[in-house]
Amino acid sequence: MTPRVLRTWNGEAVDVAAVPVLPLGDFQQILADVITAGGRLAAFFGQEAAGGETLVTAVLADDPAGRLGITSTRVGASYPSLTAECPSVQGFERELHEQYGVVPEGHPWLKPIRFERPLRQGARPFGRGQGAAPIPGDYPFYAVEGEEVHEVAVGPVHAGIIEPGHFRFQCHGEHVFHLEIVLGFQHRGVEKLLLGGPDKRTLPMIESVAGDTAVGHALAHAGAVEALAGCRVPARAAALRGVALELERLANHVGDLGMLAGDVAFLPTASYCGALRAEFLNALAEVCGNRFGRSLVVPGGVRFDLDAGAAARLADTVEKAWRSVERSAGLLFASPSARNRTDGTGVVSRETARELGLVGPVARACGISRDVRRDFATGVYAFAHIPVVTGESGDVFARAWIRFLESERSAEFVAGQLRSLPAGPVRVPCAAPAPGRLAVSMVEGWRGEIAHVAATDGAGRFARYKIKDPSFHNWMGLAVALRNQQISDFPLCNKSFNLSYCGHDL
Amino acid sequence: MLDDLFRILETRARLGRQTVAYPDGPVRLPERFRGRPALDPSRCVDGCRACAEACPTDAVLDPGSPSMRLDMGRCLFCADCQQACPEGALRFTRDYRLSMRTREGLRAAGDEPRLAEALDRKMRRLFGRSLRLRQVSAAGCNGCEAELNAAGNVQFDLSRFGISFVASPRHADGLVVTGPVSENMRPALLETWKATPAPRLVVAVGACACSGGIFRDGPVQAGGMPGVPEIPVDLWIPGCPPHPITVLDGLLRLLGRIEGDALRLAGTGVVEAAGGPASSPGGAAPGRQGTSPGHV
Repeated sequence: MTPRVLRTWNGEAVDVAAVPVLPLGDFQQILADVITAGGRLAAFFGQEAAGGETLVTAVLADDPAGRLGITSTRVGASYPSLTAECPSVQGFERELHEQYGVVPEGHPWLKPIRFERPLRQGARPFGRGQGAAPIPGDYPFYAVEGEEVHEVAVGPVHAGIIEPGHFRFQCHGEHVFHLEIVLGFQHRGVEKLLLGGPDKRTLPMIESVAGDTAVGHALAHAGAVEALAGCRVPARAAALRGVALELERLANHVGDLGMLAGDVAFLPTASYCGALRAEFLNALAEVCGNRFGRSLVVPGGVRFDLDAGAAARLADTVEKAWRSVERSAGLLFASPSARNRTDGTGVVSRETARELGLVGPVARACGISRDVRRDFATGVYAFAHIPVVTGESGDVFARAWIRFLESERSAEFVAGQLRSLPAGPVRVPCAAPAPGRLAVSMVEGWRGEIAHVAATDGAGRFARYKIKDPSFHNWMGLAVALRNQQISDFPLCNKSFNLSYCGHDL
Repeated sequence: MLDDLFRILETRARLGRQTVAYPDGPVRLPERFRGRPALDPSRCVDGCRACAEACPTDAVLDPGSPSMRLDMGRCLFCADCQQACPEGALRFTRDYRLSMRTREGLRAAGDEPRLAEALDRKMRRLFGRSLRLRQVSAAGCNGCEAELNAAGNVQFDLSRFGISFVASPRHADGLVVTGPVSENMRPALLETWKATPAPRLVVAVGACACSGGIFRDGPVQAGGMPGVPEIPVDLWIPGCPPHPITVLDGLLRLLGRIEGDALRLAGTGVVEAAGGPASSPGGAAPGRQGTSPGHV
């Protein structure tokens, strides 16, 4: 009997033809069973199939076992939605509808996800005509009715220097009943532009999926391409990649601690961490010339090496910077007035986090021990383990504290790796992707699990390139965290999630 | 309570002064920083297009000919062209000054500094000492946005110069636009611009806002601000993303507060009664940021 789920590992390629195509009922049953039993959907996407059908592929993740499973089915114009049974599927099903016009019958809340043009010719999701719908006007907002209930609309252009999104609150005075988040303003058509690649534009475009996660996405991409090409990355390159990924995590987490302090008007930590963030960005720039690690990662390794002296100096810099962060962030955690704002604010329960399929520090703050670096370890993480830290309270404090604790581990890791870089080359040639293969590549970016799925056609070109930024899972977590909060705590809650708009909008 | 206060002060003392010396002192950039490109087409072999073929954004214009230019508005500063060139006809210097007043001005030829001209006297009088900006990310990837945030932190400290970002276009003297201008953001960008009282400035930041950047072939974006002709741009700051110092340099030149090759701030008197731009006191230190490899 042929297996109903093709088992694979992170960073492995399989034959496209080996992915089982199940009858819809079996496919749905497997997804529901796996998710109910504690498994997750790491990716779920459509592809145009013959006869006007859509091939739907699901990548299932078994975190404790570190295994991935791939299975697929063909659907016509509609299929019964899984969202009511498994809420974590809600975004994926909305995406499938928007991209291919397939209707998930009975989806409790079928609404646009990013206002993109369909990937299938002639598909008319939401009954839209040709051309893009204007946003956010054309949106089925949930409305709470009743005396003295009022609506607050924020965005797309925000007060600070941040990306655009629209937030709509249903309030009673300060009390938030419901927050609805409308995204899609950042949509640039990345997945469509990547088709037919890889070419010279591919890597810089991947680095721009979310510019604050350039290293994370570049690593996920490189992992996919290397799997498709059967390329093995040298040890020194793997170590430098780990250094870069952790520096990216440090820069963002330290920056977030500063911003969180700013949002509760605790200015010492806000100013100190704001400046200290630069130490880690500059460390990345010392490696590759760019503060966000652009142009560093390349399929086959990395483009820049460090000599022993430079590596040792960088290790010292990172350690020294971390000691300053420890002291500066410690002020925030020790301040009763700041803690009064962060503790108990924006709570997400562990149960809810599990149901929504949250990932990254946000999930770990709810006590869910989930981290690609441990569960699906590849590259340097298969050899150098970073302990996974979890919190309990699921509130703003926990999300800040998790960032602090895991930054500490990252700083130790970076210094350790830099002092013991393996010898050898930092780059080997990487061949062109093999034809008819499919690879899943996951990386624990600073926001959580990044998953790239690349499938090649008969000529070895990308026939489908699916990108899942961790924010795709986590935006719903923010909406839920705001329920029964004070609307004035929104900026604080939002910053404690600090999700990517363009990573979601693609 | 008092303990807390002492801990804060002690941390402050340990960290020391965080603000960069620039523009009164030298700029500190990473060893491998890639700034303004320098071209030497005399080294090109006839018919060679290696640089142009390697470039992900087709930023090399007329490759291999004496009129070769590199469009910094498209450039991602990835140096793929430099690596592809067998003759060393193209390299990236450590000159962080990249901003220009016109889109055409971003097309760099030879090895000349690119220095943005100041606003006219009237505009300098209005904005020279106080400039309030509203930022609109029109599908920016959060790279440029992050560097603009950094430009305002205690390290680069834009507010030293009276420049700050405000929360409403009604309070703003101008807009800073990032991103290739997605179809879905275009209406909001236009509304924000209309809500900004005139006279107003517009600054395009990053390769995406200057040209669409890596997304310039995409069907759901405008190709940056050149694709939004309703909104005239006063300053173009290229880069992917530009370093905060590049942003600072561009804005200060626009306001006439840095001039020529000088690293020093042009006094505090922004506009002189006679209309002539203030000159830098104590003489300039020209070319100190040249192309030397070490920290400058």
